[in-house]
Amino acid sequence: MDRKTPLYDRHSALGARIEPFAGYLMPIQYSGIMAEHMAVRKKAGLFDLSHMGEFMVEGPGALDFLDMLLTNNADVEPGKAYYSTMCYPDGGIVDDLIVYRLSESEYLMVVNAANLDKDWAWVSSHARGCDVRITNRSDETALVAIQGPEAQKIASKFTDTDLDSIPYYAHRSGAVAGRSAIIARTGYTGEDGFEFYVSSGDATAVWDAVMDDSASSRIVPVGLGARDTLRLEVGYVLYGNDIDHTTTPLEAKLGWVVKLASGKDFIGREVLARQKEEGTARSLVGLRVEGRGVIRHGTDLYSGESRVGVVTSGTMAPALGVSVGLGYVEKALAKTGTPLEAEIRGSRVPVKVVKIPFYTTGSRRQA
Amino acid sequence: MSSIPKNLRYTETHEWARLEADGTVTIGITDYAQHQMGEIVMVELPRKGHQAARGASLGALEAVKTASDYYSPVDGTVEDANTKLESDPGLVNTDCYGAGWLAVVKPSDPSQLDSLMDASGYARHTGE
Repeated sequence: MDRKTPLYDRHSALGARIEPFAGYLMPIQYSGIMAEHMAVRKKAGLFDLSHMGEFMVEGPGALDFLDMLLTNNADVEPGKAYYSTMCYPDGGIVDDLIVYRLSESEYLMVVNAANLDKDWAWVSSHARGCDVRITNRSDETALVAIQGPEAQKIASKFTDTDLDSIPYYAHRSGAVAGRSAIIARTGYTGEDGFEFYVSSGDATAVWDAVMDDSASSRIVPVGLGARDTLRLEVGYVLYGNDIDHTTTPLEAKLGWVVKLASGKDFIGREVLARQKEEGTARSLVGLRVEGRGVIRHGTDLYSGESRVGVVTSGTMAPALGVSVGLGYVEKALAKTGTPLEAEIRGSRVPVKVVKIPFYTTGSRRQA
Repeated sequence: MSSIPKNLRYTETHEWARLEADGTVTIGITDYAQHQMGEIVMVELPRKGHQAARGASLGALEAVKTASDYYSPVDGTVEDANTKLESDPGLVNTDCYGAGWLAVVKPSDPSQLDSLMDASGYARHTGE
């Protein structure tokens, strides 16, 4: 039985197309993916991301616990956040996530909805013997996001918190529409923006406040369809498409969140250290279709007669007007500019390895 | 509630077919289908002279999130294809029964049209 977020009735009343996603009935689109995508690129969009999972990690052992569990370093300052992968001993990825350090001894892990149960089992099984208390807060927590170049202008109407005091990948506690929230400058769109973590019971108050003002702010609700095209245009990976238990962060060009040099021990370290030393056989690359056609998850890639890789995500990029994608290719073919071919419905279409991000002029702030 | 014109015939795979005065059959996808797919960003058209087989793919539509083949409702020869869609694929969304038509087929057996659904049959098929 698919579950509803606290904002389900709002999406329904807005006439959204609602489909099951990761066990939740989620809005896929309202007015249309293209229009919603461009609204986020040019102005701002409002997202319900309450399906995401939230785990609290508290206690004197929180830092050491996360350093053991995650590939990135947990010793960021309180008030900052970091992106990380969480790996199996064989280097395959359990999930990718954002971790907010709320205080010296408190962290909030935000995981993919599709991995919620698996992640909770994994995280809890490793907490034994560590001096931490972990709590699954997914049901009590809603997530509402405002993303786009005008995000700060719009968000400032609903909070007294000085948003300029929150840099990229940082957060503060504050009130949004009169409800207590964690206000974070994070997102998945390549644009500036904020994510508000609130109690489930407060989600409609926040959503309604923003929507009631939408005639003036021109913000539009944005569904998961445009969320996917937005993230892909800036080359962010999606778990289940581009990364999973069969791929390692090094293959997925996420080596920057694997802190081998720090000397900390974490699950998967041994395999990843060896992979770093020996190099990976394949690598995630950006792909741009040079002919007519759209590459999709599962599209085969060829160099001459040899199959050399596969597309893991692909779409027509709304802000660019070309078909782009991510995929894995043999390491020797991963260099920018390498010509390849994609097999689309039985025909070979030329594609080229290109730099990620595809869309480079987003309003996202620098850390 | 999608639009289902009374004067057209329909397939289970959501194409519409219209018998023209010259004996050819114009083919497109239905309002229901374009709505399901979302914004069409690319259209793959059949070549003129292509031998179309009933139920076989004539070409494909690429939406932002999905791709889908469309199928010939009759056996015959492709006489024309809507090349305007190459530069303006969105016509399939905005005017699926008019400027968003896909192809014209000269049927080898026009009676095949009789086996297609009429508007009320198609309305039942789509649950509307």
